[in-house]
Amino acid sequence: MSEIVLEGRNIVRDYHVGGGLFSAAKTVHAVKGVSFKLEKGKTLAIVGESGCGKSTLGRILTLIDPQTSGELLIDGKAINIARDRVTSEMRRKVQIIFQNPYGSLNPRQKIGEVLGEPLLLNTNKTAAERRELAMQMLVKVGLGPEHYNRYPHMFSGGQRQRIAIARALMLSPSLLVLDEPVSALDLSVQAQVLNLLADLQDEFNLTYVFISHDLSVVRYIADEVMVMYYGEVVEYGTRDEVFSNPQHAYTKTLFAATPKSDVDSIRARIAAKKAAA
Amino acid sequence: MPKLLEIKNLSVGFETSSGQFMAVQGIDLSVDAREVLAIVGESGSGKSVAMLAVMGLLPKTATVTADSMSFDGHDMLAMNGRQRREIIGRDVAMIFQEPIASLNPCFTVGFQLEEVLRVHMKMDKKARRARAIELFKLVGIPSPEERLNSFPHQMSGGQCQRVMIAIAIACNPKLLIADEPTTALDVTIQKQILDLLVGLQAKHGMGLIMITHDMGVVAETADRVIVQYKGRKMEEADVLSLFESPKHPYTRALLSALPENATGDRLSTVADFMKHEAESAGAAS
Repeated sequence: MSEIVLEGRNIVRDYHVGGGLFSAAKTVHAVKGVSFKLEKGKTLAIVGESGCGKSTLGRILTLIDPQTSGELLIDGKAINIARDRVTSEMRRKVQIIFQNPYGSLNPRQKIGEVLGEPLLLNTNKTAAERRELAMQMLVKVGLGPEHYNRYPHMFSGGQRQRIAIARALMLSPSLLVLDEPVSALDLSVQAQVLNLLADLQDEFNLTYVFISHDLSVVRYIADEVMVMYYGEVVEYGTRDEVFSNPQHAYTKTLFAATPKSDVDSIRARIAAKKAAA
Repeated sequence: MPKLLEIKNLSVGFETSSGQFMAVQGIDLSVDAREVLAIVGESGSGKSVAMLAVMGLLPKTATVTADSMSFDGHDMLAMNGRQRREIIGRDVAMIFQEPIASLNPCFTVGFQLEEVLRVHMKMDKKARRARAIELFKLVGIPSPEERLNSFPHQMSGGQCQRVMIAIAIACNPKLLIADEPTTALDVTIQKQILDLLVGLQAKHGMGLIMITHDMGVVAETADRVIVQYKGRKMEEADVLSLFESPKHPYTRALLSALPENATGDRLSTVADFMKHEAESAGAAS
């Protein structure tokens, strides 16, 4: 039995909206009681459509938003950021990568500073040490030391996502939350980034929470899959269980909506079209 | 019978500080009425630029040259701006990748839809409203009378894309160009939008050009496929033979980058694939 890095027990998150001059107060139940356990070195994929609460859950796991109720345990230690101050030691454990790499990089910050900043804020390393570590990390994510002094606009989308990954890894976290990390990328670039993520997971024994709506990506990268629908978990199991035998109607809808690119289904589609014409 | 859109030897260049950059180099392309053509390629392969050239939407820094470019019997190269504007938006319409960015945030979606009808169809106010409601029903927006008064930010991405489609098909175009219409959307919404586009295409006998990087989308919609790489056409085939026996190594590379085609625990990327091809070609010669 390997150690559990991340555990959620009945996590709930409500948002209170409105209640101002123009509208009555309303409560949105974004996450309605989610429980899960994740072992070290494994990948948990959270799947669902936009608005299902998967990103909200990601924000709770990364200690950005507090949960309304329920328990969050990281490395066996209960954390509630509404109650406790987040120590820099906790910050170092969990990092997040967002969907749009251009939006998450400061356009006026050079890449070297982007990578050095987490170290500056959370550690006592000297400028020379920070620089050295940033250079090493650039090489690890498939960029080069020559990129150290460039600005984000000088990179392509795939390279920017590599920079975002590098920044997240600067503090050697044990847990990485990836919020739709490849859905803004082209297929071939997506393949490169997914390969990079797989390599880094092997090298640093990272644990991933992979948020996505793309089942073909999830099938490739995940060990366990959790399907969310309107804030609830409708399906939770190992990848093979969920993919070979989906139980919930929503999971089946998701499978039906995923484009099929095998020759047989193309043939069937063309035959159906001919028949209709 | 002449094709709906026929382009021969289209090239598009951009003036940059480091000299001329050729985004599209000698593309031949044709679409029939009632046909779905997919143009596939990575970002930067010039697939959008070629279509923007047809629409006349490129900035002034671009130079467009072609041996011939004809749409529905009109020679588009000989047209002046006024003649072109009569066709663009009415007979040829385009849908863009980011629906929220392509709608004006300051006006209601109803106003933006009716604007097309006013300019191109010269309809009066009552007829415009009636047609707008009809179009919203057609693209599957619930309670159209109320939604016409919504602003773009009040609608979801999928809904905004439906509005864009409604605007594009408002004048019953003969050709619809969809530039990555579903890239920003969820799979379930993607499926709905693709079904809507293909359904409309079949119903109205439009020509449809789908620009995409997603081979899955191609497999779901296209009749014929053009694969483009670095501004050049790599391969052209009907959809079945393209997926059954892709001829060009680049096409095979694109197909192998699909996660469901992963062999072993690594995805093959286009760069890996091209390198491998070059090596094996070098070894063979």
